[in-house]
Amino acid sequence: MANAPMKLLAEWSYEPSKIHRGYSRKTLYIGLGNKDGDYSFEQRPVSEDMIEKFTGGRGFGLKLLWDAVTEKTKWDDPENEIVIAGGPFCGITQYPGAGKCYSVFLSPATKQTYNSNAGGYFAPFLKFSGFDAMELQGKADRPVVIFIDGDSYKVSIFESTLEDINAYAVSEELHEYFAKDEADKRTISVISSGIGARTSYWAGMNFSFYDVRRKAVRLKQAGRGGGGTVLCDKNVVAMVVKRTHFTGLENDPADIGVIQRAGASLHKRIHDLDDRQCKMRSAGTAHLTEIMDDYSLLPVNNYKFGRHKDIDNISSESYIKLFTQGMADGCWYGCSLACAKAVDHFPLQSGPWKGKEVIVDGPEYETAAGLGSNLGIFDPLWTIEANFYADHYGLDTISLGTGMAFVCECFELGLINIENTHGLDLNFGNKRDIMELLHRIAHGADEFAIAVGKGIEVAREYFAEHYGADMETMKKIGMVCQGLEASEYRCQESIAQWGGYFLTLKGPQHDEAWLIFMDMVNKQLPTYEDKAEALFFFPNFRLWFSLQGLCKLPWNDIEPADNGVKYKGIEAARVPEHLQNYLDIFEAITGKHLSRDGMIEQSERVYNFERIFNLRMGKGTAKYHHAPDRGLGPVWEDEWNERPEYFDGKLREFGIETEGLSVREKIDLLQKRRREQWEMLKMAVYKRRGWNKNGIPTLATVRRLGIDYPEVVALLEKHLKPEDEFED
Amino acid sequence: MITVNGELSPWREGLTVQQLLDEKNFTFKMLAVWIGDNVVDKSRYSEAIIPDGAEVQVIHNISGG
Repeated sequence: MANAPMKLLAEWSYEPSKIHRGYSRKTLYIGLGNKDGDYSFEQRPVSEDMIEKFTGGRGFGLKLLWDAVTEKTKWDDPENEIVIAGGPFCGITQYPGAGKCYSVFLSPATKQTYNSNAGGYFAPFLKFSGFDAMELQGKADRPVVIFIDGDSYKVSIFESTLEDINAYAVSEELHEYFAKDEADKRTISVISSGIGARTSYWAGMNFSFYDVRRKAVRLKQAGRGGGGTVLCDKNVVAMVVKRTHFTGLENDPADIGVIQRAGASLHKRIHDLDDRQCKMRSAGTAHLTEIMDDYSLLPVNNYKFGRHKDIDNISSESYIKLFTQGMADGCWYGCSLACAKAVDHFPLQSGPWKGKEVIVDGPEYETAAGLGSNLGIFDPLWTIEANFYADHYGLDTISLGTGMAFVCECFELGLINIENTHGLDLNFGNKRDIMELLHRIAHGADEFAIAVGKGIEVAREYFAEHYGADMETMKKIGMVCQGLEASEYRCQESIAQWGGYFLTLKGPQHDEAWLIFMDMVNKQLPTYEDKAEALFFFPNFRLWFSLQGLCKLPWNDIEPADNGVKYKGIEAARVPEHLQNYLDIFEAITGKHLSRDGMIEQSERVYNFERIFNLRMGKGTAKYHHAPDRGLGPVWEDEWNERPEYFDGKLREFGIETEGLSVREKIDLLQKRRREQWEMLKMAVYKRRGWNKNGIPTLATVRRLGIDYPEVVALLEKHLKPEDEFED
Repeated sequence: MITVNGELSPWREGLTVQQLLDEKNFTFKMLAVWIGDNVVDKSRYSEAIIPDGAEVQVIHNISGG
């Protein structure tokens, strides 16, 4: 180990709780004090009500965070917590995708609750160590490393001696530090961020696992929302969990046979069909790039365009050649979907590790698009390098990509200039200077880079105040909502996906609903009521994974061969056989029957609780559900002129004759009509969700869901107004 | 004329499912094609003839992301 031994600051032993039917029924609380060295630890019970109402994972995280903070708590107050929780499925090895956990916290970027997930080993090891969740609160008085030893049932806090706080350096050092030998490294998982967390709100948390075939540490990310920034603010360099001995029966399920049979069936399906379906095993999610290009959904130059002539450079075939093939991905046991791709022996061309050969995890689709086409860059080697450094520095590749794309467009529009950027020419496609900007953001190198790294909403205020940039223009083109940058799909032509991005709990992240094909291509959602139904069902269904400790990918990135013909309409999109597997496995783990309706109700409780939590934090109303112009349609003439006949046709659908109109006039008319459609969608969705016209859950909704806790009711009574009620 | 996913689309004698998919640039692999109430097997896309006036549904089975 290159760094000095770490001094023990505090230690606590506990009596482990045995897991039964998917729950240990205990949580771990770690208090860091308030920069005073007053470290504390507790083992806290999980009540039956908490299991019934919040299920696990993100639900547990939200409930524990709710209890820890007040409406006045800010993200950088010591009261803010990072809660990490798996769920009842977490840690099973017989069915793919059961290594997930959710981290929940008040976000520096969104100023409300955020939840971000990562796969790998941390959550299963935490659970096998005896905890359904862990809470981290307070601020340490010095940089610390927290070690949860699930073998000897001790939690320790060490003074960090790590000189390089970037993710690969920290993770490699700590796997080495806490392992007895090479084989022991796989029993460890490390959460870290990186140097970007010091100044940027885009810093996520890296979750490590040890790849025994490569003999190297690899990283997965709970990247979004600024969890790494919160971790850094708490002066925590890393959290480590270790658990050596475990079996496939750690969850003590009610009926292991059901889980095994469902798992065997899915493994066979993946083996037989993946190469013909999504190619997850060879390309990972990067298989989407050319599909998105074919349907004009690929974000190019800050979402201005949907396709590009150089798409072949970043197609799945290009990435398949770069990814090491024929090697299990090393993620949590039992996931044969194996989507975690890696590029081995990649020689870095820039930055502090220039010249070093590294393993790069990814890029996934979001990174290939965000740190590629959306910046006008169609060079996979550049994207791989940017991916590496973003992970290493702790920066979320999605917000980084979308944020830098916004900056590039500001630069091309002349809203900012080369003097403001401290010499960087930030035209789209300028690989050298955009890479330099990435390094500067991570290091907080100057006031421009710091402002950019705090996200589009902060950056545009800064650009307006310091450079005189026009705020109205920046509001039109910045793909941001609720403080979160949009993920990498161009949603303009799907009204339903406007909702999938901008009528969400935490901002335009597509984990709630991805309805573009269903709406725009298949035309399965013709009315606002149809769209609202989809924006009720899919966000709730998808949220269910976050309660259980499950990855979403094995649900619909592999499908039964006859799924599309056996089921018609939206039912096919639900992948009914896989949905049934989840219901069966839930019962097989917990011993509790769960129906389809019961599944949605489990999610709906947490969905509405999170919405109310955001109301409590001063947001959570209709005005925060705002869609930027770029999200609804073309903003500038060159966007229109890329597909003039298509957009003229869209205007004619509104009964508008385009003859004699200038392109500028056409754009303004289309934006006006689409803004009206947006408002209609919003009201239809609010009504279907059981909210009022201001986007607030009604008392009837919270009573129906059983989350009518006194403080919830009191909060709602303060905000619900008669004039906001729907008529019927 | 035929309808494709509810929208009018030109028809010609001998139009096959595969030709329609090519013309629409429907390149996605996980498709289900229906002519009226009948599913067209993927192996028959190149030979399945679409009759005039048909209601064709080309369902992209992706709810992804």
